[in-house]
Amino acid sequence: MTHHTFHMPVTEEQVRALRVNDTVTLEGALFGIRDANQIALFDKGRKTRFDMRGHAAIHTAPNVRKVEKSASNPTGYEPICVGTTTSARMERFTRPLMEQLGVRLVIGKGGLGEPSKEAFSKLGGAYLAIIGGTAALETTWVEAIEDVDLDDLNPESLWKFRVKGFGPLLVAMDSRGGSLYDEVDRKARSRRANTLAKLGVK
Amino acid sequence: MRIDPVQVEEVARELYIRALKILPPDIKEGFKRLAASETDATAQKVLGTMITNISVAEETRNMLCQDTGIPIYNVTIGRGVEIEGIELQRAIRRGCERATREHPLRSSVVHPITRKNEHTSCGPGIPPIHIEFSDDDRLVIQMIPKGSGSENNSWLKMAFPADGVDAIKTFVVDCVLEAGGKTCPPTIVGVGIGGTSDLCVSLAKKAATRPLGSTCVDPEGAKLENLLTEAVNTLGVGPQGLGGDSTAFAVHVEVAATHITMNPVAVNMQCHSARRASASFTPGGVEYGF
Repeated sequence: MTHHTFHMPVTEEQVRALRVNDTVTLEGALFGIRDANQIALFDKGRKTRFDMRGHAAIHTAPNVRKVEKSASNPTGYEPICVGTTTSARMERFTRPLMEQLGVRLVIGKGGLGEPSKEAFSKLGGAYLAIIGGTAALETTWVEAIEDVDLDDLNPESLWKFRVKGFGPLLVAMDSRGGSLYDEVDRKARSRRANTLAKLGVK
Repeated sequence: MRIDPVQVEEVARELYIRALKILPPDIKEGFKRLAASETDATAQKVLGTMITNISVAEETRNMLCQDTGIPIYNVTIGRGVEIEGIELQRAIRRGCERATREHPLRSSVVHPITRKNEHTSCGPGIPPIHIEFSDDDRLVIQMIPKGSGSENNSWLKMAFPADGVDAIKTFVVDCVLEAGGKTCPPTIVGVGIGGTSDLCVSLAKKAATRPLGSTCVDPEGAKLENLLTEAVNTLGVGPQGLGGDSTAFAVHVEVAATHITMNPVAVNMQCHSARRASASFTPGGVEYGF
């Protein structure tokens, strides 16, 4: 169990060195992705001007306030509450996110499944678990919204955050096929029969 | 007691924001209880982060979770409460829109076919406003921002009478397994038993959003609550689905009579950010609570 501090972007080698149960803290850029912007990018053929190669993308759609553009709020958006959404809905986008946009790290909650695990192994990626529902804390790790693209989809725009001390995040899926979710799910399902017996189910 | 719609609008606005920021005391107690008994090291850390988040939200006056949810308003009208029903509904809706624009809050509500977001947290049929009547002399409005992580894990099974209570128990256990970490556990697992299909699902929602420590009024339902709470916490799903003892704060059951040929069971879950806020209109003024 090693702790890694990543100044974004990172290399394939850095990501492949991650193992399940390691922890990671991010510094610098972090991209916010979501249902609508990934549908736009990967189903509807829209393009982004962002260079996401070697970067981390978090499953989010933040609460923001429109403000005057300034050095601290260069996009005219002030982050109010930035949190994380359930990843499983966006399972099928992991691969194109990595293949087409070069993303290396996916951050989310609740885990991803088999296709993502394969993409992480083949292309060199990992899934970092954040604690869902702890957005007030997460927001204190976000310095600013540095840029925004596909903003007609607001709040499901493609966001670029500047983060400081973003973590620790738990490596829950690595590039060697390791997945904490698989382990927990296997164990839990193996207990099902016993649990039902205790409930007197015949 | 005559109620001014303008005041209802203000209260509906205030309730949405309060619910997003202040976790009810029974949920905080629930966290303490789980943290005291959790044996898994990762789960302890996860619970610790959740507890820290509650204080950060209070200190920074921020929302607990980014998900502003689907706004739900539950209205209980007591004896002698006077207000035009339609004005009450309109006032609540206006309050919900204003909270969204004025705070501002992320509008998490879109048209289901066009997916268009009006940035008001409102749309056709949303917010749902449920109206009940009571024997006391107050008007109570409760607001629940229902997060989608937990709401996306909702199930209904029209089991057969021949399947008995075993079908209900098995269904609840299987739903908890299926949900895994997607619902942001530890959850309140709401179980609706009986009724029609739609009533069964709404009972599950009522159960999921009931305060911790409350008990099903039906004694058979209450018995099941205890059994199922213990059972689902032997599965080891744990907080965030990362393993541990703390899978659910509790399983809550709500019951309605059903047809001789039917045995419906529904499950709806509430995430660990089990947010709710309420306001009581009394002759002395408005009292806020949970």
